[in-house]
Amino acid sequence: MCTVCGCAEGEVKIEGAEGHTGHHHHHGEGHDHHHHHHNHHHTGDETHHYGHGPAHAHAPGLSQSRMVQIETDILAKNNEYANANRRFFDDHGMLALNLVSSPGSGKTTLLTETVTALKGELGLGVIEGDQQTANDAERIRETGVPAIQVNTGKGCHLDGHMVGHAVEHLDMADDSVLFIENVGNLVCPAGFDLGEAHKVVILSVTEGEDKPIKYPDMFAASDVMLLTKTDLLPHLDFDVGKCLDYARRVNPRIKTLLVSAKSGEGMQDWLGWIRAARDMARLGRRQTETA
Amino acid sequence: MHEMSICESLVSIIEDQAVAQSFSRVNLVRLEIGALAGVEVEALRFSFDVVTRNGIADGAKLDVIELPVTGWCMPCAKAVEVKERYDACPDCGSYQIQITGGEELRIKEMEVD
Repeated sequence: MCTVCGCAEGEVKIEGAEGHTGHHHHHGEGHDHHHHHHNHHHTGDETHHYGHGPAHAHAPGLSQSRMVQIETDILAKNNEYANANRRFFDDHGMLALNLVSSPGSGKTTLLTETVTALKGELGLGVIEGDQQTANDAERIRETGVPAIQVNTGKGCHLDGHMVGHAVEHLDMADDSVLFIENVGNLVCPAGFDLGEAHKVVILSVTEGEDKPIKYPDMFAASDVMLLTKTDLLPHLDFDVGKCLDYARRVNPRIKTLLVSAKSGEGMQDWLGWIRAARDMARLGRRQTETA
Repeated sequence: MHEMSICESLVSIIEDQAVAQSFSRVNLVRLEIGALAGVEVEALRFSFDVVTRNGIADGAKLDVIELPVTGWCMPCAKAVEVKERYDACPDCGSYQIQITGGEELRIKEMEVD
């Protein structure tokens, strides 16, 4: 584990991070891990020795065994990074959306259509999370909207720390909308706060209508559910009513929208929701400024 | 397999605490994990052994207190115990239940030298 910033060991790569000075991460092949301006010493095997601190003072004849109360959230560190991101988004009036789904739900297609529709009107940026390849970020960049790819290597989710670094590279304007497309996975991203305003879960009608109760954590953590590929409904046995009912059982507050990126059905509702949420985020910045 | 990341966070908290509370060895780590925390306890134990190797918690015992799911049934206006997020109220059968407990993922205490 990286002891400067607490980032997990692994193969995380943030596109363009190579040019970044000061706190340089190159989580590439062979586990390179450089931190410039170190003022502490890294032992070769990354083992940390704590025997040299105050505990070194052994009291003769007295056992040092004791219980220490911690009472800390295990994910406290991630939450700290997420809160720092949230503060940054608030200060800049930015709306950050964390898009989660299983692989193949059509997240990137929907996102491509969404940014194409909004780019003339709002400032936009995209963070694409995948285990490997920069294909998705390239698809977004073809629309002219800035995008950055984060490869999680073996990781199954984005975390607050990766997003914080990616945001630094995107250099977005105030009052803009940041879409974070998480790794395709309906399990792990539910537990990792990225500092987003809302999780938006995307479920396509080619999946089972019982996904909300099969993977309840994700649907419980999300504020909005987009039921996508609705243009395919005439060809399927998918029961929309049942699916929405399952989603509300898991999360009575969830908002549900039916959309098709292909036919355009429901896209105006989705874009309208984004505009409204962005206006709320922008009001947040005004408040911070006048405070 | 996010149990591995959870264990890495756990080790990082242990290392921070070792400095703050002056200890050099961890014998036991006690966690509180809710049934809705999305954590498979067996996978967590396996990851814990791997992630703690060669560190100050190498060989430490992992004690997991599993906490039940609790909810607030809105029609009954009382606290109820359920098994899953989508369960109906055991008394009135309504699905209008707000989950109030079971998402805990906490490190409670440690026995240290």
